[in-house]
Amino acid sequence: MVGLGRGRSGGVWGRRQPTVGEDRAHDTGVLHSGDETQATATARAGHHVERERPGHQRRPGPGAWGALAPGVARGDPAAIIAGDSATSQDVAEIRTKLGLDRPLVQQFVIWVGAIARGDFGESFFFKKQVADLILERVEPTLALATCTIVLAVTLAVPLGVIAAWRRGTWVDRVVMGFSVLGFSVPVFVIGYALIYLFAIYLAWLPVQGYQRLSEGFLGFIERLALPSVTLAVIYVALIARITRASVLEVLNADHVRTARAKGLGELAVLTRHVLRNAAVPIVTVIGIGVALLIGGVVVTESVYAIPGLGRFTVDAVLARDYPTVQAVVLLFSVVYVGINLLVDLTYTFLDPRIRY
Amino acid sequence: MSALRNRSVLIGGAILAVVVAIALLAPLLGTVDPAQIDPVARNKTPGAERTVRSADGSKATVTYWMGTDSLGRDVYSRVIYGARVSLIVGLTVAAISAAIGLVIGVLAGYLRWLDNVIMRVMDGLMAIPAILLAIGLVSLSKAGLRTVIVAIIIPEVPRVVRLVRALVLSIREEPYVEAAVALGARTPLLLLRHVLPNTLAPLIVQATFVCASAILVEAILSFLGVGIPPETPTWGNIMAEGRALFRVFPHNILFPGVFLALTVLAVNILGDGLRDMLDPRVKHQL
Repeated sequence: MVGLGRGRSGGVWGRRQPTVGEDRAHDTGVLHSGDETQATATARAGHHVERERPGHQRRPGPGAWGALAPGVARGDPAAIIAGDSATSQDVAEIRTKLGLDRPLVQQFVIWVGAIARGDFGESFFFKKQVADLILERVEPTLALATCTIVLAVTLAVPLGVIAAWRRGTWVDRVVMGFSVLGFSVPVFVIGYALIYLFAIYLAWLPVQGYQRLSEGFLGFIERLALPSVTLAVIYVALIARITRASVLEVLNADHVRTARAKGLGELAVLTRHVLRNAAVPIVTVIGIGVALLIGGVVVTESVYAIPGLGRFTVDAVLARDYPTVQAVVLLFSVVYVGINLLVDLTYTFLDPRIRY
Repeated sequence: MSALRNRSVLIGGAILAVVVAIALLAPLLGTVDPAQIDPVARNKTPGAERTVRSADGSKATVTYWMGTDSLGRDVYSRVIYGARVSLIVGLTVAAISAAIGLVIGVLAGYLRWLDNVIMRVMDGLMAIPAILLAIGLVSLSKAGLRTVIVAIIIPEVPRVVRLVRALVLSIREEPYVEAAVALGARTPLLLLRHVLPNTLAPLIVQATFVCASAILVEAILSFLGVGIPPETPTWGNIMAEGRALFRVFPHNILFPGVFLALTVLAVNILGDGLRDMLDPRVKHQL
């Protein structure tokens, strides 16, 4: 959410094999490890990092998928396929064909089995394989997400470091003010403001639409620029906030004073000694922020009329196209969990004390 | 009172008080029926005036302070009434998810045998990005205020549960809990008297952020067309309506957008202020 993160408790994994990264993730960078400090550390984290912490976890629980399995749905899928002029017999036939008359558990097992074989079902609306429909729409979303992440990280990390380095000055206040603002202004308002300014008033960039990369790089970038900036705002706000908190923590450490004492330049101190030690929470929040990004993609693609997976999701929901909704939600969640797994694995490189 | 000495609490609270006042006094603020369609007055720009002749032949001049939308509805009235929906959603979601999260979190934190089950279910819920989960849940039911509220609460609850559980895990090790146990306090009483009150301060802070995020998510759902039915005046709906003609008439997006951003900003500032107030150590640190 969008402004959407919350505090992370230790978690069962966290307590059984406490890792520095786990509790640092949601702390503002305070370094804790060990069983008994974890609860207190995270409890304290709960007090102050409220917004920046959707928990990251390593695997989806089955319960979550069950909630979206067919049949639970209030809008009867069979009736939707049959259309308005169908008789109740038609509906009953379709229901039997789809297996909707079977018990819920059985339906769920069938669905999981099909997914395991790579069969995502057929879209009610398009009458095509959902997997094919998704493949057609991956490129715009992937391009948008990649551009946004690159843009956000290159902007937010330096901003956060500078804010921490010049703590209490106007630079700090501007960055933090922007961060609170970034959490408060909805994605689509930012989107329309940017369109109005750059595409209509100044007429520098195209208003909406998408051009495939194969049709020319310039048009591709031109059309991706505004959406990426739009989507990056909340992400920058999130990363800058955590970076600042994390860097602040390290700036007070003894080794930083030593580094300065031996005459190292500020830039070298900040990059080599501070940022490296502040990396774990920053990388964690980049992973957690993917949830915000996915939510943002759905909105941004609607604002900029980009034919990607986000817009596809909304259209599928509006059409009550359940196989598509299930597949897209599953896909996004797997991506989210997968990225956070990768983040967890990078801890080993960032902090050799962390082992799995 | 110390709350008044904190600048963030003061500013955030003041803006929020104004929005609440606007929402409560909506019928008295020179508004007309926000759902009233007027084919003659379509797409008026802000400040446009129109002479209306009433049934008895007398003339009156109407000013559209924020213009009208493509159905001729007065945007000013819709924005003012929209404040009601946003506040209802924000406050209800914050209160209910805090309450549910508190109960589940305390149970998970204190009763070890329940912990694993509860937290795995919560992990499962959190594996789906919040907006996506809300969109999916809305699709399972009829569109409406109640559906939207429930669809926003479900992704919020696990985050409250995590916070409360973490707090309880540390509180249960405190000497005063140990003392209560030694004095023979029973578990329900212990939880109610000693554990619960100590989770409240962080929980209230958390609730303000849940409130801010709920207002945003509701606007996003309505904007995407999967939220509250379009005739209801909500900030998201007004903007959704203005989408098609945005290039010519940006006011349909501008006004509700400003109100929405300002309200969410106020709630966030208030939350930040409360957090600093309730945990002085943080202010020191940050």
